[in-house]
Amino acid sequence: MDLSSINPVFLIASLMVAATPILLAALGEMVVEKAGVLNLGVEGMMITGAVCGFIVAVESGSPTLGFICAALGGALLSLLFGVLTQFLLSNQVATGLGLTLFGLGLSALMGQGYIGIKAPEVFRLDIPVISDIPVLGPILFSHDLMVYLSLALVAGVWAGLKYTRAGMILRAVGENHDAAHALGYKVVRIRLMAIAFGGACAGLGGAYLSLIRVPQWTEGMTAGAGWIALALVVFASWKAGRVLLGAYLFGGITVLQLNLQAAGVAIPVEYLSMSPYLITIIVLVIISADKSRAALNAPASLGRSFHASN
Amino acid sequence: MKITTILTGAALALGLAGAAAAQDKLKVGFVYVGPVGDGGWTYEHDQGRLAVEEALGDKVETIYQESVPEGADSERVMTQMALSGAKLIFTTSFGYMDPTINVAAKFPDVKFEHATGYKRADNVSTYSARFYEGRAVQGHIAGKMTKTNKIGYIASFPIPEVIRGINSAYIHAKKVNPDVEFSIVWAYTWFDPAKEADAAKALIEQGADVILQHTDSTAPQAAAEQAGGVVTFGQASDMAEYAPFPRVSSIIDNWAPYYVARTQAVLDGTWESVDTWDGIPTGMVEIGEITDAVPADVKAEALAMIEAMRTGDYHPFTGPLKKQDGSDWLADGEVADDGTLAGMSFYVEGLTGDIPN
Repeated sequence: MDLSSINPVFLIASLMVAATPILLAALGEMVVEKAGVLNLGVEGMMITGAVCGFIVAVESGSPTLGFICAALGGALLSLLFGVLTQFLLSNQVATGLGLTLFGLGLSALMGQGYIGIKAPEVFRLDIPVISDIPVLGPILFSHDLMVYLSLALVAGVWAGLKYTRAGMILRAVGENHDAAHALGYKVVRIRLMAIAFGGACAGLGGAYLSLIRVPQWTEGMTAGAGWIALALVVFASWKAGRVLLGAYLFGGITVLQLNLQAAGVAIPVEYLSMSPYLITIIVLVIISADKSRAALNAPASLGRSFHASN
Repeated sequence: MKITTILTGAALALGLAGAAAAQDKLKVGFVYVGPVGDGGWTYEHDQGRLAVEEALGDKVETIYQESVPEGADSERVMTQMALSGAKLIFTTSFGYMDPTINVAAKFPDVKFEHATGYKRADNVSTYSARFYEGRAVQGHIAGKMTKTNKIGYIASFPIPEVIRGINSAYIHAKKVNPDVEFSIVWAYTWFDPAKEADAAKALIEQGADVILQHTDSTAPQAAAEQAGGVVTFGQASDMAEYAPFPRVSSIIDNWAPYYVARTQAVLDGTWESVDTWDGIPTGMVEIGEITDAVPADVKAEALAMIEAMRTGDYHPFTGPLKKQDGSDWLADGEVADDGTLAGMSFYVEGLTGDIPN
């Protein structure tokens, strides 16, 4: 056992990298659910974003363009879900699951010629002096831009939902779509925008995997990250700050247990690996045990279809 | 009236003929644990499936399902395949062992082939490859090439197949470099590129300059390439896109001849439940090109070792060897028997850490 070989600074830095994909995807899904829509297709949108971002980054040589197209790809796929559930009033759970399967297949098809190709180098923050500060430098000032963007997005979503008019309208739609409709808000249009935002975030999260964290394209490379993002939203009880906490906790446990193992520390790997899921289950149990508290947190119209004739 | 009757009769006859023709085609199913594009384990099994189609053409029809989780889900997939008329089903991951046995009991007419397991039945064969022969070559090259004397090993699940690989690699690394140390990380997945990359990064960060992997994706190769100066080996598939460096060699699983032979046996009606465990001599295990990043003398030694295993002159588990706890395992010159190897659940002397349960 040699704990000294673990560098805590590196650990925290890599924790942030490991957490960013699920953070982005979970944040997007939280906004979708806040608008009253349950989109279980996060995994499909993530992997579509991963492949779109990778293809564009490789072809254009620009990771930035790759990320933009990943967001577009994710949003486009999510709008498919939007049209089906908002206009054709299909079942959200079934459509979301279908979207995951569709996204996995579509990405495999699109990525056929891109297996084993290298992604272009991503721009990394490297400010002279500041990035070299011991401890704080590597943790705070030497990441790729997406890490900062994801953190900014957490703050943006939190403030947006809490303080802006648009955010309140979105929440009103998610809480009671009939009332929002009666007040003259375009429920379907607002939900479509939320769905597209969620898709774009999931796409960014996927591209973060294929362009930075791994970085390469492999079929099925999200390997369940979308489902973790979904669980995180519930774990965070639909609060942006807690999504951040949950994502870093999850990323932290993943990276920590790998590092502990590499250092030869005898730890029960199985339990650490399953702990994030266990915590989510416990949170779910607590939430459903107390109906009044659940009502405080979960958007009241979550998963219910809306039609103006109702 | 008469004409229509004739026509109907003809149509019926045609239909029946068509159905009969369809039945003559042997339907062969494949259950994969990862996607066919993983560039590793599942990719090679799918190459085997394509070889069956190529070799037997019109006589067979193949179906497959990818990314099937090990456990109850796989039982459903196998049942579905059997119900849809598959007469031969290859289940290509260790975790499909009990599901395969369960489904096989329900469909006595269907033949099953389970990869890397040890449970058989009248209609269930098992087959595996002696990957540890390839691991011996990797261990040798790794021991010679490491400068930090620290070798990282990304393991999947604590099952005999994986433990054999760790032991074999360690024995041969230790032989050429007494100072070598192994850091073993259990990823608890066969395929999760992000986690595999994280594991590789953690090992590299802690000083490993050679990464061996027993997981299926090429993610550790990408991580090693990014870190620079880290040696890797292709796993299950050649992973040549990362050659000549970091990937300096590879273990390639070549299932094609076996799959063709077994499918042919069902067509001929000569299929029997058997236990196949082949390695370098029959070509089921191939060693991918050793690149020029490996010093010439090391490459020559590795090639000599491969040749010695091909001719049967050398067995990777040859005594004297002790177990991790210091107890004797193999006496000088003694060769491990297949039974012990198949159920291997202990580390050899010198490895640190415990095998998780």
